[in-house]
Amino acid sequence: MSKTVPVLIASLVGCLMIVAYFSPPLLPARQIAEDWFTIVATIAMLLGGANLCLHHVKKISDQEAGWGFSAVTLLSFFITIAVGILKVGVVPESEQQVKFAWSGPFQQEGSGFWWIYQYLFSPIVSTMFALLAFYVASAAFRAFRAKNVEAILLLVTALIVLVGQTRDREITSMFLPPPAEGVPTFIPIAFVTNFIRETFVTAGQRAIMIGIALGVVATSLRILLGLDRSYLGGDE
Amino acid sequence: MEFHSDTPGKKEAIAMREKAIATSKNKPRHFAFSPRCFYGELMHSAVKIVTLLVLLMAHPSLSYAEESADSSRPISWFDTGKISFALLTFGVCATVIICTELARRGKPFYVRPIAGLLAMEEAVGRATEMGKPILFVPGIEDIKEIDTVAGLMVLSSVAKMAAEYDTPLEVPTSRALVMTAAREAVQAAALAAGRPDYYNEDRIYYVTDEQFGYVASVCGWMYREKPAACFFLGKFFAESLFLAEAGNAVGAIQIAGTAETTQLPFFVAACDYTLLGEELFAASAYLSGEPAQLGMLKGQDFGKLAAIILVLAGCVLATWDSISPRGKNTEGQNMPRRSQWITDTVLKGG
Repeated sequence: MSKTVPVLIASLVGCLMIVAYFSPPLLPARQIAEDWFTIVATIAMLLGGANLCLHHVKKISDQEAGWGFSAVTLLSFFITIAVGILKVGVVPESEQQVKFAWSGPFQQEGSGFWWIYQYLFSPIVSTMFALLAFYVASAAFRAFRAKNVEAILLLVTALIVLVGQTRDREITSMFLPPPAEGVPTFIPIAFVTNFIRETFVTAGQRAIMIGIALGVVATSLRILLGLDRSYLGGDE
Repeated sequence: MEFHSDTPGKKEAIAMREKAIATSKNKPRHFAFSPRCFYGELMHSAVKIVTLLVLLMAHPSLSYAEESADSSRPISWFDTGKISFALLTFGVCATVIICTELARRGKPFYVRPIAGLLAMEEAVGRATEMGKPILFVPGIEDIKEIDTVAGLMVLSSVAKMAAEYDTPLEVPTSRALVMTAAREAVQAAALAAGRPDYYNEDRIYYVTDEQFGYVASVCGWMYREKPAACFFLGKFFAESLFLAEAGNAVGAIQIAGTAETTQLPFFVAACDYTLLGEELFAASAYLSGEPAQLGMLKGQDFGKLAAIILVLAGCVLATWDSISPRGKNTEGQNMPRRSQWITDTVLKGG
């Protein structure tokens, strides 16, 4: 029973989503289902928050490797929650509003929560994202080793696409006669880059996407018919 | 039970049968999904689903229906513009279900070996030999994404293997709902492997919804614990390369799979095996080895055949258009291209 009910709910909502796509009067029902998901996910957030606290408290108490990071995580978690809930630094936005800090939005510019987001969270995320450049370089170095014919083709194609998107691509038009007035300069490598992207890359991507779409259909059917329930813990 | 007229205890047997029927009618019926009585369950669930859909349709909160009733317009229950797409969808679904039933009846289907899936046991075995944990990342999206569900289905198989070998399996999640589902999947897998004590819910935990916060936590764990095998199966975005490169740096065997075409090159570059798009969705069926699920994979192939036919038809019509344009109609307007029949009629609504 503990598995049958979730499977039934999944089947019902899944069928509703499919039918509503073809039947406009059912669109509000589809919206209701989406709202239900939001409510369930919000309740699960509380579960997630509780789990986060328990997990890190256990790590700290067991003095596991990296427990210091857990302490920082918990501290940041509680400070952010407190600043957000207590609306630290929030001021009423207009005369009509009640003259209490609570009447303003918690994300208001200049508030404590805004400050944490703007000056702590955002720079940290940007730093993490910037690291991606180094990871790309490292992965490209390994992927583009000219070990065999396929790897050489990949390397040459990658170099063309890379150069074709930089400012240096204009070097390739230096050996061509100057264009007539009003006619844009022809850049051979940019042309080749576009050709590769629009022809080979698009064709490959579309082939993969057709496969994905069919895979999604088959997986959805497995779920809707209750044939595969491993995502819920399998058979009872 | 068969009854013949010359059976000596016919009356008694009939009485017993009637008693059995009466008893079964009085017994409460327990609804349970089981592949063994597929059609009965299908009908049962279909009736329930239709009933609930009808109830939902009759619900007064459906504003569209109310508006239509007020304006005394007939309600159009079907968007006729999407009829060809509906037929295509129905055709693909029907083929998949027919292949499933054929497989259930014992028809053998060939499913090509997928290197990434064959390597899963090798990866778990390697982790066991090295005495190091396994990392499983089911993507960073919520359970409403089909990629995440596919990842959780594979988690079930990986957890079963890991439980058999008694190798620790770490599952950090970026959504609380995914954590709950992953716990269920791993617990059931441990039970199926006959090792209920293997399940440790502390190893399946929620980290954060924030993409790079999640990356920082998982990569930090990887550098500290140095897992021997990493599985990245689900929906990934920019974090794919962070995770794969961190796994590569610690020398782990890595198996990744996603339906995000933009992230596939990163996984191909940094992982040992990559499940490309549809292979991720086939993984669960492939690993389960159940005929019904393998039959579904064969059903997908017929869908691919339909796609190939449509692509070829589109190419032929587009070539025909470029060789001999259709010209103008009597009103002097350009006639639509022939290939538009595919996009505007066959695939309309998709």
